[in-house]
Amino acid sequence: MPYAIELRDISKRFGAVQANKDICLQVPAGTIHGIIGENGAGKSTLMSIIYGFYEADTGHIEVDGKRVDIRSSQDAINAGIGMVHQHFMLVENFSVLENVILGAEGGAVLKNGIGAARVELQRLAQEYSLDIDVDAIVEELPVGLQQRVEILKALYRGARILILDEPTGVLTPQEADHLFRILKALKDQGVTVLLITHKLREIMASTDNVSVMRQGEMVAHRETTHTSKEDLAELMVGKKVRLTVDKDDAQPSEVLLSARDLSQFDSQGVKRLKDVSLELRAGEILGIAGVSGNGQSELLNVLSGIAPMSEGEVHFAGQVITAKAPKDAAQMRDLKMAHVPEDRHKMGLVTGFEAYEAAVLGYHNSPDYNGKVLMNRKAMLDECNERMAAWDVRPPNPHLKTANFSGGNQQKIVIAREVEQNPEVLLIGQPTRGVDIGAIENIHEQIVKLRDSGKAILLVSVELDEIMALSDRIIVMFDGAVVGELDAKDADERTLGLMMANAHQKEQEDEEQEGESA
Amino acid sequence: MFETLILMLDATMRVSTPLIFAALAGLYSERAGIVDIGLEGKILGSAFAAAAAASVFGSAWVGLCFGILASVGLAMIHGFACITHRGDHIVSGVAINTIVAGLTVTLSMYWFGMGGQTPALVGDARFLDITFPFADAMESVPVIGAIYSNLLSGHNILVYLAFAMVPVTYWVIYKTRFGLRLRAVGENPHAVDTAGISVSLIRYRALIICGILCGLAGAYLSTAHNAGFLKDMSAGKGYMALAALIFGKWRPVPVLLACLLFGFLDAVAVRMQGVVIPGIGEVPVQAIEVLPYVLTVLLLAGFIGKAIGPKAIGRPYVKERA
Repeated sequence: MPYAIELRDISKRFGAVQANKDICLQVPAGTIHGIIGENGAGKSTLMSIIYGFYEADTGHIEVDGKRVDIRSSQDAINAGIGMVHQHFMLVENFSVLENVILGAEGGAVLKNGIGAARVELQRLAQEYSLDIDVDAIVEELPVGLQQRVEILKALYRGARILILDEPTGVLTPQEADHLFRILKALKDQGVTVLLITHKLREIMASTDNVSVMRQGEMVAHRETTHTSKEDLAELMVGKKVRLTVDKDDAQPSEVLLSARDLSQFDSQGVKRLKDVSLELRAGEILGIAGVSGNGQSELLNVLSGIAPMSEGEVHFAGQVITAKAPKDAAQMRDLKMAHVPEDRHKMGLVTGFEAYEAAVLGYHNSPDYNGKVLMNRKAMLDECNERMAAWDVRPPNPHLKTANFSGGNQQKIVIAREVEQNPEVLLIGQPTRGVDIGAIENIHEQIVKLRDSGKAILLVSVELDEIMALSDRIIVMFDGAVVGELDAKDADERTLGLMMANAHQKEQEDEEQEGESA
Repeated sequence: MFETLILMLDATMRVSTPLIFAALAGLYSERAGIVDIGLEGKILGSAFAAAAAASVFGSAWVGLCFGILASVGLAMIHGFACITHRGDHIVSGVAINTIVAGLTVTLSMYWFGMGGQTPALVGDARFLDITFPFADAMESVPVIGAIYSNLLSGHNILVYLAFAMVPVTYWVIYKTRFGLRLRAVGENPHAVDTAGISVSLIRYRALIICGILCGLAGAYLSTAHNAGFLKDMSAGKGYMALAALIFGKWRPVPVLLACLLFGFLDAVAVRMQGVVIPGIGEVPVQAIEVLPYVLTVLLLAGFIGKAIGPKAIGRPYVKERA
């Protein structure tokens, strides 16, 4: 039996970067095939080639044993390939139905096609247990359902091969579990699934086979039952890595920052942050867990002074900060609060700046970097060189534009900038988003080191592994409010996952329901 | 009083016509994600081309064809800059407006030597008013007669076409495959691209429609409303149409209502010339002419809520994912 999809010697080069090199891959029909690799390993490029976004420089693709020429997404769709993108390709103010038929309308006038689509969607929904209200507006649906629309879109076009690019990044653990059940159902119906991820747990839990990519090359193919997390992790980075962080128990002492009933309304008058109270002690790492978009960003913005609070008060460094007596980000910096923002491209760096310029942002008025009139370029360069050596930033070139560093190295520039100012409190958002495993280790060590030197750290991350590995205490946020707090020792994925979905109080009921549906 | 009202509404229809064409033109363009500040230039270009061709060939219809050609040509320049070369939409639009403002006068002097005007159009070179059947007979019937004979009857074909374009546009935008894709391209071009549809092609087609409609607006100005081309005769109608488009939140029927409101204010302004209001005195015409703009600002500022345009508007589509 021929493979559902086979790649032969696919290579792709972007300028100086060899994104894919001689990639060969064979995926048997009706299996779930995982492709794992670090960020920047070339997974997304490879999938973009299969889906016709890019054309490969060399090599070719075979579907069901026949060579196909994929030059556009339309070619891919015609070959029976569907893709669920990491960032959903949905028109947000369209209904589910409109999104599904876009590009496959079945006639110049919508009326004819839309009735048929409604029927077909109902059939698909039943066959694959993908229930959805087809008239709902997409932006009003939770992300889990939006993803379902993406899957339906592909199936509606008759996809027999479904590619999912990092599908769980935006989902709660429960939603992710549901997704994997759907994938199993698809597999049972003979659909071939290609699952792209950097999360080992998902590979182990759901795939039949797994291929590992590293630096643009396919380095290994394994049957999932014949491999292990450790084995795969090693293949991904090419060396032994630890997935946990070595750290001693925290020695929390005095409260450095306390927030009481913090609230924030957005410009539409919606309460985004709801009466959040917390205390941050010297020598501890407080982790804020939660699905992205549940008020963590607002909390970071309010605490760091980027956005004013609407209600509540913050006590910090002997000051009381309220809505009436706010302090802006610069003033908070002066009080020795450092902030590593969640989105380093938008808020952490000016990507057009050279590294040494980016390395003083926010502290550019410090006398260390300034002469009488002009900035002291030499001091800035010296400091940047020092930090690059200390933090192992590669390449160690202070004149390289920050945009040209990899994600991990950009992040090191930002974290080094904030940590080296010796702050009392460090707010840090998504410290390792888009960062390689090797660099993650380094960043985690530095955060623990800072804690051990008696500083307070507030860590916001959507990665549960990271929260559990680093935090001493964990607060869970849902819909703008704190829904639970627990000691890191008592935390496991399941408890946190339920809290993140605000389902921990009704856990019992859910279990009963799950039992029924299974 | 009633007769005055009918007269003013009649005038409203006449002055609203180019606004409706232009605002619908903008609707197609902006719904597809292309900012079109160049409506003004396209109207003016078409007005000149239509008047020039009509006077040379002695036919309003030939004039209309040339007007549309000129306007579509300008729209394609805009498309080449904004779609193919991912240029800034505003810069390209302003460039078109500036070029056309100068070029029309220059060409007109070169060809006709009449100080920037085209020869006055007579007979078939203009679109003439159409009288509805029985309009004369109906005139004496109270109310209905006045509405039928004086308000509805007696306009030229382009006026009726403009009003007919509103339901047509509604149908195209909301009920056809092209409309669905057009709206999707303006909201999230990536979704369209991944669905296997060419983003550029949809945007170019939207701009062609935009060009045709602006062509109609321009031809109306010079070969129907007036009898020849005058320097800068578009007089800000393109910008006014843009305001109506935002005011109507990029939807055909509200856009029509906005155009009619602006047209009505214009008719009031004409009517109020020299009229002395007791206690206030003579109202300067400028005070009324500025009303549509003041109204747009005021209403947008608070009364009708936020005008949220197509999400991807003004952003060139780059294939690489964010």
